[in-house]
Amino acid sequence: MIDNLVIPLLKILIVLNATLVGVTYMVLLERKVIAWAQSRLGPMRVGPYGILQPVADAIKLMIKEDITPVRADKWVFTAAPIISMVPALIVYAVIPFGDKARLFGRDITLYISDINVGLLYIVSVASVGVYGIILAGYSSNSKYPLLASLRASAQLISYEVAVTLTLVSVILVAGSLSMVQIVRAQESSHVWFLFVQPLAFAIFFIGGLAETNRAPFDMPEAEQELTGGFHTEYSGMRFALFFLAEYANMIVVSSVATTLFLGGWLRPFPNVAALGFLGFIPGWTWFLIKSFVFLYIFIWVRATLPRYRYDQLMRLGWKVLIPLAILNLVVTGIVKVLLL
Amino acid sequence: MLLSAALFIIGVVGVMVRRNIIIIFMSIELILNAVNINLVAFSAQLQNAIGQVFAVFVIAVAAAEAAVGLGIILAFYRNKETVNIDEMNLMRW
Amino acid sequence: MGQAIAFYGLSFFILFFAVLVVSTKDTVHSVLFLVLDFLFVAALYVLLGAQFLAAIQVLVYAGGIVVLYLFVVMLVNLKRPPEAYEDPHRRTNLGFALAASVLLEVGAIATYGYASPAPALARASEVFPVSGNTEEVGWLLYTSYLIPFEIASMLLLVAMIGAIVLAKREL
Repeated sequence: MIDNLVIPLLKILIVLNATLVGVTYMVLLERKVIAWAQSRLGPMRVGPYGILQPVADAIKLMIKEDITPVRADKWVFTAAPIISMVPALIVYAVIPFGDKARLFGRDITLYISDINVGLLYIVSVASVGVYGIILAGYSSNSKYPLLASLRASAQLISYEVAVTLTLVSVILVAGSLSMVQIVRAQESSHVWFLFVQPLAFAIFFIGGLAETNRAPFDMPEAEQELTGGFHTEYSGMRFALFFLAEYANMIVVSSVATTLFLGGWLRPFPNVAALGFLGFIPGWTWFLIKSFVFLYIFIWVRATLPRYRYDQLMRLGWKVLIPLAILNLVVTGIVKVLLL
Repeated sequence: MLLSAALFIIGVVGVMVRRNIIIIFMSIELILNAVNINLVAFSAQLQNAIGQVFAVFVIAVAAAEAAVGLGIILAFYRNKETVNIDEMNLMRW
Repeated sequence: MGQAIAFYGLSFFILFFAVLVVSTKDTVHSVLFLVLDFLFVAALYVLLGAQFLAAIQVLVYAGGIVVLYLFVVMLVNLKRPPEAYEDPHRRTNLGFALAASVLLEVGAIATYGYASPAPALARASEVFPVSGNTEEVGWLLYTSYLIPFEIASMLLLVAMIGAIVLAKREL
């Protein structure tokens, strides 16, 4: 009873709360980092160095008026933020934060579940997230959100192809679709897949930026031309849901990248025995550090690079990334056959 | 089996009764899904994966059908500005 | 027991949303119900032990095909309601009659099936060199069903070219 029900529920509770808190502090981190990049101070008023800013933001968003445009499609308008939030959260079910840990005399696995189609699960759930964006744009019954949502969904669909193809080449190397097995494969082959599949990693990272609608691919919410994008008509808590979904998706992409390419919970250079003294640091710490590095790079890229034009974006996706991903897949397959 | 049959029938009713060709296409997707449920159910019953393999083929065919069908709808809509099949009589004379 | 409850619950939702798909006035709502329907079908696949197919179902149907439908619905921004005009020669009753006949037929088969003893179904599974749902499907696809698989890929290629040709404004 305890093993089957209470512990999974507790895990889900912890992961969800950790994610949401992490997301709110991601926002603060982003504002701070961008401020530093532009030699500003960023939020400073609430708490020391603005550390309580997320709390203030949350309170503000919750007590704001909840507006539904008169000519909006009410049901869809209400459902859209939820549709974009839910996939971003349920993906965490298969992400392995660490190996087993002993807690209160029980062996607890540090992942909610390990299904044998884990990676496919992530890809398919993420593909459902598109609906949130399309429907938000459609139901607002307003031209800027509609344009933004069409752009966003075209972008998501295009980049999904490239990202999925890189995932396939990782699967070929690892020989399994289960997230835990992929980390195990990196453990047994003594090398992170980053070094086996550098091209796949690069494509995955660019695609990840595009899939989370982050700069330099943040066309859907280009403030200057689309007045904020598909969530223009949203206010208060519904807007907050879109915001949370975007950041939760960033965390998803960085955790998946960590798992697939940076060896998940393994310590750096698992093949070098001289670094064995690092073993005292628990695996989940490594996972969090690696994910954090990724998130930092996300912000760094946003602070550094200008935005792509829309046709350039599509050209990059279809004419560069997808052919490269296919090439990478073919080469991986050939090498794998030759080595066997 | 009964579930699949019922879904199939709903799909058939959809094809027969609605006049919006997009909804007719969606009814066809429902029919294909009914077939898939049947295949997977048999695969579970017979304890082998052949039914699932066929279901994969059905999904591939459905994707192809959707792509071509929607292409035709778009081309037609551009010419006639309607998606009502009762007005689609170009082939009649 | 729990499985049976889950099965009937899922079946109820699948049929309920299917009815909504066919009967809703607004095309966009109809597409949404279609997505929900597909998600429940995927859940049913998981229940039947076909996890791989469930993931594919969500990925291809919910994530791909239905997005395509949604796009077309948005592009076909109708100036007048699509069902306003009715062909005088149209035989809606015939449609219902045909559907009813299919219903009768299925009902007959069902009652017949329940009346006659079920054939012995518990056949031992074939021995695969690998285990696990995904591996099983993949193994079959690339061995016994290699040629159909290739034909399916050709079909997809042809469909892709066809769709591009159809949707292009001028060649």
